[in-house]
Amino acid sequence: MASDFSLDFEKPLIELEKRIIELRNFAGERQFDVCEELKALEARAERLRDEIFKSLSPSQRYQLARHPGRPFTLDYISLIFTDFVELHGDRMFRDDPSVVGGIAFLDGIAVTVIGTQKGRDTKENIKRNFGMPYPEGYRKALRLMKQAEKFNRPIITLIDTPAAYPGSGAEERGQAEAIATNLCEMAKLRVPVVAAVTGEGGSGGALALGVANKVLMLENAIYSVCPPQSCAAIIWRDGSRWQEAAEVLKLTSSDLLRLGIIDEVVPESGGAAHRDREGTARNLKQALVRALSELSQLSPDELVKQRQEKFRNIGRFVAASESKRADDKPDQLEIAPSSNIENE
Amino acid sequence: MLNNLFRTRRRYATLKPRDSEAQKAIPGGLWTKCEECGQIIYNKELKKNLMVCVRCGYHFKVSARERVAQLIDDGTFEELTDQTVFCNVLEFPGYDERIDRARKETGLDSAVLSGTGLLDGHKVVIVCMDFGFIGATMGSMEGERITLAIEKALEDRLPLIIVSTSGGARMHEGMLSLMQMAKTSAALSRFHDAGLLYISVLTSPTYGGVSASFGWLGDIIIAEPKASIGFAGRRTIEQTGERLPEGFQTAEFMLEHGLIDLIVERKALKQTLSKLLDLHNIDRKNPVSVIGLSEADGDSSLETGDAAEGGSADGQ
Repeated sequence: MASDFSLDFEKPLIELEKRIIELRNFAGERQFDVCEELKALEARAERLRDEIFKSLSPSQRYQLARHPGRPFTLDYISLIFTDFVELHGDRMFRDDPSVVGGIAFLDGIAVTVIGTQKGRDTKENIKRNFGMPYPEGYRKALRLMKQAEKFNRPIITLIDTPAAYPGSGAEERGQAEAIATNLCEMAKLRVPVVAAVTGEGGSGGALALGVANKVLMLENAIYSVCPPQSCAAIIWRDGSRWQEAAEVLKLTSSDLLRLGIIDEVVPESGGAAHRDREGTARNLKQALVRALSELSQLSPDELVKQRQEKFRNIGRFVAASESKRADDKPDQLEIAPSSNIENE
Repeated sequence: MLNNLFRTRRRYATLKPRDSEAQKAIPGGLWTKCEECGQIIYNKELKKNLMVCVRCGYHFKVSARERVAQLIDDGTFEELTDQTVFCNVLEFPGYDERIDRARKETGLDSAVLSGTGLLDGHKVVIVCMDFGFIGATMGSMEGERITLAIEKALEDRLPLIIVSTSGGARMHEGMLSLMQMAKTSAALSRFHDAGLLYISVLTSPTYGGVSASFGWLGDIIIAEPKASIGFAGRRTIEQTGERLPEGFQTAEFMLEHGLIDLIVERKALKQTLSKLLDLHNIDRKNPVSVIGLSEADGDSSLETGDAAEGGSADGQ
């Protein structure tokens, strides 16, 4: 178990697992044969695990996505990549530790990997600014992306941030400009870009690393236009209705896959990433390698075109048929124009 | 029963909040009170003064239609038509009603009004956002309209002017709203690569997803005086425990920090845009004198680019 922190809904499982360990230790000491009992308990634990993690509500997933025991970007980097060399700074103002980036091998291929980084404890969280980048963080990311483009390296971004930092320093140095520039520049990178939302995909702060050819999302990650608490406060003037907001915002991986916002859901091992980091990292690695090998078939021009079209067609609703509801959403694809960028 | 005896009576009357931002901006009555200095201004005078307070120079919000009228030569505006429709994809409760209300209040079908027209004779694609329409938040329809306008300008190789105002993302559309940032920015990357001119005009208030996408992607970024502009809203920042100084996130603050190119009074906006178009060698179709110039008594902070002189060549 990665940390002592646990969420209410996972407590019964944690209790049961504790009991299994106790029983095993006890039996070991006293040399009892508890095989049968253990097997039964383990089967029960498995059932309970499925029960809990297979039917999570959006608000529970929101909690899981922010679970402090969840692997963070540097954990994934060490579990998935080899020979990682971290590169620092935006060459203009400072090095923002809430964004990490560098070069590494993924399955033998040199790639640039960039991600937002949260802290494990208070001290590290202060250093990492709770994973909320300043403009210089986004500018560092863009610098590394341009560098990757120069050397024809694919780019992988790992996204886990509550938001772009809201603060006076960030405003003074142009948070809006930094994000806008990343969106615009990422759209035309001539190398493959794969993004993975691993924990919290917090609004513009997440999207600033998310304009990719392929967007993956871990099963229990969330990707949202705003925190459900803010949504509830804005729409209903009642922040306590956040669970309801989490429901209607459609921020889970399965909802976003259905809406065409993301391309693939990566399963989490052991029910949730914090319960099996290695297994989850393995799944993510497989998905990343697969995505890169698919994209390696495309020429630089095709990569740009594919990325542009992908985002061009999101939220494009035209009067093809009369009724416009979620279920006849294919309309948005139906009208997808060919490569051209002209309108009629 | 007895409880009632001791129940405290409410000693105050409940006042209904003012109907909508739209009505605040375009008052229905005869007079309007300046939000800044309290001056009572005769509405016709306010309108003639381009919705700027005659006493303190406070810039009122301007509806999209009115903005077009202020910037585009009379009778030359042609609204872009498209097949875009509204869709409550998330089936967000109350959203359909909210849209209906906004449509009734503004007479627009989205927060974005886009079209082509002549700006002092220069043919441009112009996009204006209307704060009265759900705070000009970014929905799919808004993002699509802006993207189509960018694509129109790209196709016809016209300069693009976007006059922004926005409260940011539209919660009711969840991630679809967020993705409009990527969509519009990607379209602008194509536009910029084609070597075309995009002037972004930021008006009060412009925040969030609009600032952090097309708002800040202009070749030239202009703001109106004292406009509130930024990424995170003041309240969000203050929730982190930070105390913010007066004048934080104003146009002047942004200029001081090197984040925008210039601040232009509304009165001088059209002539400034016209001059910038001239400086980019954008031809004029048929020179028309700048409206408002006749009234302006040379008091604007900018030199008045002589409208008739600059580039009177008949464009083709």
